Amino acid sequence: MGAYLVRRSFLMILTLFGISVIIFVLLRLVPGNIVDILFDAAGMVNPREKLKIERELGLDRPLPVQYLTWISGLAQGDFGYSYVSEKPALEEIGPRIPVTAKLAVLALVVSVLLGVPLGVVSAVRQNTPTDYVLRVLSLSGLSIPAFWLGLLILMACVAWFGAIPIYTEPPASLWDELLLLSVPAAAVGFRSSALIMRLTRSSMLEVLRQDYIRTARAKGAAPRSVNYEHAFANAILPVVTVIGIEAAFLIGGLIVTETVFNIPGVARYLVESIRWRDYPIVQNLVMLIAVVVVVVNFAVDLLYVVLDPRIKYSG
Amino acid sequence: MHGADYEAELTRAGAGIRGAGGHFRHLVRRYPLGAAGAVIVTLLVFAAIFADVIAGFDPTSTDATRTLARPGAAHLLGTDFMGRDLFARIVHGARISLAVGIGSTALGCFFGVVIGLASGYLGGWVDLLVQRLIDILQALPLLVLALVMAAALGPSLENTIVAIAIPLIPSVARVIRSNTLTLRELPFVESAKTVGMSELRIVLRHILPNTMAPLIVLATAQLGAAILTEASLSFLGLGIPEPHPSWGRMLSESAAEYVRTAPWLVLFPGLAISLAVFGTNLLGDAVRDMLDPRQRGG
Repeated sequence: MGAYLVRRSFLMILTLFGISVIIFVLLRLVPGNIVDILFDAAGMVNPREKLKIERELGLDRPLPVQYLTWISGLAQGDFGYSYVSEKPALEEIGPRIPVTAKLAVLALVVSVLLGVPLGVVSAVRQNTPTDYVLRVLSLSGLSIPAFWLGLLILMACVAWFGAIPIYTEPPASLWDELLLLSVPAAAVGFRSSALIMRLTRSSMLEVLRQDYIRTARAKGAAPRSVNYEHAFANAILPVVTVIGIEAAFLIGGLIVTETVFNIPGVARYLVESIRWRDYPIVQNLVMLIAVVVVVVNFAVDLLYVVLDPRIKYSG
Repeated sequence: MHGADYEAELTRAGAGIRGAGGHFRHLVRRYPLGAAGAVIVTLLVFAAIFADVIAGFDPTSTDATRTLARPGAAHLLGTDFMGRDLFARIVHGARISLAVGIGSTALGCFFGVVIGLASGYLGGWVDLLVQRLIDILQALPLLVLALVMAAALGPSLENTIVAIAIPLIPSVARVIRSNTLTLRELPFVESAKTVGMSELRIVLRHILPNTMAPLIVLATAQLGAAILTEASLSFLGLGIPEPHPSWGRMLSESAAEYVRTAPWLVLFPGLAISLAVFGTNLLGDAVRDMLDPRQRGG
């Protein structure tokens, strides 16, 4: 186990290093930098002025030097400055994290509460009308773009209440905030619940075919107990894995949903800073997302050992 | 076994089917949802091919006198803020969706197959390198990687296809690699080696054809994801540029402000995306059930 942990940690660092290089190079491929955009917007073309700003931002230095500056800064907790607001990146990103984190947790709660029970029901009633309805529902959940679902919800709000729920800053109370976030969370969560539901269903079906389930039925255990105790306990393990995939899946949904609902979180900020060529912000945000995904997946692997004593990792 | 059960089982398995019509009816009965998906996808392809005939209007011609017209006799689905016919734009949008969907899936699968075969068959340091690269690419959500890619390449149809294709590569490479690892050890590969077949020929003639079933399953599943990602990219303004009628782009123009004033501009493009992805997903599920018996009913 110890060797395994060391190996996994090493691979995690290697992965994050790879991402940092890829992101850095990709961003430098972008035609036009922040200075071009600012100058286009201002409409003035003074090459000397432009060079001066590029030098100030360090954009004139060779790429490897720029990369090393960024990485060594990161290692010391220096995240650089936003080109747009000229504030430290940490100050810009920091306050947006709790907003997105709350939204993500709410969405995850929605998706698990919706996805797991419906998946189990769908499997237990395989090939009945209930199963078909649920399967079509989950497939449509996977097919509807999160941003359109968000727009539909906004439309329903206009039709029923004559108003659009706007995220106010700062929110009056935590309760108010959670209430406001619950609408976009439902939009993101519905989509993710479809994924969880499909996985729960196929995992349950797999377990229900096992010999020990037949044994349980043969010895006369109540159907309810067989389905929900014997089978469910064994079927839930692969579902835990999906939460790792879910982390990546959720972030995709959050990006568009925060844009639709105008929520000042990190996901919307990523899109804005990509548009503005705000390299320090984009780099750090992408790294943040990568760290979250990698760490969540690692945690899920470890959770496996806790949930299933049969699994042992060796170096 | 009861006689009736046995008969039913045989019918389900497709015994006693005669002719192409019989096969068709059997497939429809066996996979009703898949058949529905096939109908939707056929409609989509039909709309894309005959867009010019069906549309009735030019999707890019503006009309200042008829902006934000409600759906009605003149304009079936209404017009947008520039007076462009929404129905024409949605029909032409099928072209964009399909072009990006099929283009990026094909591109992603091609490179995924090449990399997966090389990694699985050659092993050694190639495999090690490929595995780490896959880890790296998979640590970023599809949309995040596609966003950065799209921004790096600049907005155009071709670049959007590439931006979506690259994040699709690792999952294909992974599946093909693990399949190749199993196939490599099988007797028919060994006998091909014994008779002196070249390595490249073994890979292309013996390994590749045997990875086709999982590849087709994966490709149909990714088609929907690719269409959805294009819609998201264009919605965020980093995908297909104006004046191309992309469904996602239509929603970003209309977004929140038209929710109040012109709901048809929000309703129909979103419906088009959802229907297209829903159709490919239904079809994908049926294809998986057909080709991958282990997952049947899953």
